[in-house]
This record gives sequence, C-alpha cells and structure tokens, in this order.
Amino acid sequence: MTAKATTSATFEQDVLQAEGPVLVDFWAAWCGPCRMVAPVLDEIQAENPDKITILKLNVDENPDLAMKYQITSIPAMKVFQGGEVATTIIGAKPKFALEQDLAEFLK
Amino acid sequence: MRQLIIIGSGPAGFTAAIYAARANLSPLVVASSVEVGGELMNTTEVENFPGFPDGIMGPELMQKMQEQAERFGAEIRYDDVTSLELTGDVKRVTLGSGIVEEAQAVIFATGSAYRRLGLEGEDRLSGHGVSWCATCDGFFFRDKTIAVVGGGDSAMEEATFLTKFASKVYVIHRRDTLKASKIMQQRALSNEKIEFVWNSEVTDILGDDAVAGVTLRDTMTGETRDLALDGLFVAIGNDPRTHLVHDQLALTPEGTIAVTGRSSRTSVPGVFAAGDVIDPTYRQAVTAAASGTVAALDAEHYLASLGDAGEPAPAEDQLVQA
Repeated sequence: MTAKATTSATFEQDVLQAEGPVLVDFWAAWCGPCRMVAPVLDEIQAENPDKITILKLNVDENPDLAMKYQITSIPAMKVFQGGEVATTIIGAKPKFALEQDLAEFLK
Repeated sequence: MRQLIIIGSGPAGFTAAIYAARANLSPLVVASSVEVGGELMNTTEVENFPGFPDGIMGPELMQKMQEQAERFGAEIRYDDVTSLELTGDVKRVTLGSGIVEEAQAVIFATGSAYRRLGLEGEDRLSGHGVSWCATCDGFFFRDKTIAVVGGGDSAMEEATFLTKFASKVYVIHRRDTLKASKIMQQRALSNEKIEFVWNSEVTDILGDDAVAGVTLRDTMTGETRDLALDGLFVAIGNDPRTHLVHDQLALTPEGTIAVTGRSSRTSVPGVFAAGDVIDPTYRQAVTAAASGTVAALDAEHYLASLGDAGEPAPAEDQLVQA
C-alpha cells in the first residue's frame, strides 16, 4: 500500500480534522533521502493500517504549508494529533529506528 | 552459509561487489535501508571520476555501480546491520529485520559519517536551520542569509551550490587558508554571493525555535562576535563509521580500521575493510573504489585458501554416512 498524498486544499480535512494520528511526510522529488524513506513509510502504513495514517506532502507544490510548519530540512515527518504537531522526525532513518520514534502511535 | 557478505554500498562496497560477483562469490551486499549509495547520493556533479569527461551526477554514478554489481550476480539487501560477530570462522551479521546472515568472509565498507560541531544548539536546531546536506535543504533558504562551516572541498561545493538559493553565503573557517582543491577554491572565492570569514570558529548556535545566528570566536585574537543567520550548513569533515566493530577489530590512532600494509586485511582473519572506513587521508570516490577492489581480491584469496575444509559435505555424502 502506497501512502496517499495531501495538499494545501485538503490538509485541513485530511490532517487537522482527522480522528487518529496522521503522519505527514514533507518531501520533494529532488530529495534523495526522501526517495529512500518513502518505501519504508509505505511498509509502516501497510503494517499499521488502523493505527496511523501516513500522507505525503510535496513541498514544491505546497510551499505555503512547508513555510507554515517551518520546514527547513527534508524528509521531515510530523505526526499530527487533534490538529497539533505531536512528534517531529527529521531525516531518513531505517525502519526499526522510525518504528521506535513512532512507538506511541503504533501500540 | 554464504561465502561473502559486503557491508556498505558506496563506491568501495559496490566495487568490491562487482569484483566478487565476477569471481563467482555471489556476494550479499547489505546496502542499508535509507543510505544506499553512500555519500555520493548527497552530491550533485562528480567531475573527477575517470571515464566521465562531462561529469556525472553522484546518484547516477552510484546507480550505475549497483547495476554493474547486480549484472554479475551480487544480491543487494536494503537493510541495516544492527550487530556483527566477526571473530569466529563463521561471521554472523544481524540485520534490522532480525534476519541473521552467515558467511565465511566479510568486507566492511561502511564509509564515514558527517562530523558534528559538538555544540548544544546543533541537535536542538537540527532540521530548524542546522543542516549537513546542502543538496537536500538548500531549497528552503531562498533569499536567506546562511553560512557554511568548513574549509575543504565539500564546504566549497556546498557554499557554491547554496548561492543558487541564498542571497548571501558566509564560509566560516578556522584558518586563513583553505584545504579545498584549487578549482573548488577558485569557484567559491570568485562567487560574489560568498563571503569568507577567516580565522573564526563557531562557539554557539543561537535561536530558540530556529537558527537566528552564531557566535564566532576569532582564533587569532580570541574576540567573540555574533553573526545573524537563517541557516547553518556544517561541512567540517567526516569520521569513520566503526561503531559496529570497534570492540572486535583493531583501529588506528586516527580512528579508522587498521589494515595490514597496502592490503585490506583487518586484525581478524576473514574480515576485510575498504573505503573511507580505512582511509583518514584521501577519501575520494576513486580511491574508495580501488580499495573495494583490493578487498574483493583479498577476500577471494582468503576463501580459496580455506579450500574445501570449511564447506559442508554435499547432501549425498551425508546420506551415505547416515
């Protein structure tokens, strides 16, 4: 299962109004580490379909949100809960390290 | 049991894989899950790799090396090594997925990791203006004022690259001369957006939620001053990645893995090392590739010397014995 995309137009509904935790992966096509971490996030999504929703946000196409959330380094993964940022993970990491960072949401 | 496991997927690891695969050793390459290709994946144009007169993009070069290794039968695994058992005749490699792979020989080519400044603000502001990767993060500093710390080739490359986005790029260096190659120096020195801050070291990174500036200390006079910045790129060198093996293999005083003479033989029989992890001096894509070749040939020689002794008896023989 590939993570779905969110955009400035749908962010409010997809992320801020969502019931469960939503991980937003801020990425861009030119970012090598983003391409590396994408399949890892897909796996985590596939293995935890009911616990967390993982959405991709292209910073080139949605610069307003990149600016709003003060993104200066990608990949940046922010977990939103109840409309607030609960956790921020910066940089591509191996799956087991990401799972540790996300442990509270994958229980 | 496998014959050979190669840990690392930079120029050293993939070149070792090309040679080992062509020698029919069917190597397993543990390429890491998110750092496949190594340091060149974060560079743009590579202009000094022989055979590419017009230059080649770092990621493309690594993709080609991988394809070349796979063409001859190397198996690439996108996983990370979490622990190693190297001392016995059977080398055990535990992966992040929990799988344990065994082999008669191991080539260790894990390269190096970005050196850190060692300042409190560095971790706190990492991803909030402090970065180690200009090609990844430069985009976010359009029309901003930023600084690169360092005086080597990678610092010059980053500074020059960052002028595409930033309005102003300072290069902060501890000395008054650069270690970078002449061509990279020239490019940076002649760039109007780049201003050199000589004889200065960063003693503090300022800002609460995002980088606001740095405190600089003049290395000649001891004077300190603050420089306002929106971003700080750290390019002060690399340290060999030895944390998986530092208690099993002998290291040099520089912290690299010790090898015998010009060979790749480490202090443990059957374990070979190649690339930046054994090289405190040159650290080039070409020298790493050459080093990978040496390791593959050494491993091939070692495996041949084991003869048939280490091989399990063929299934038919076992049946007869039973």
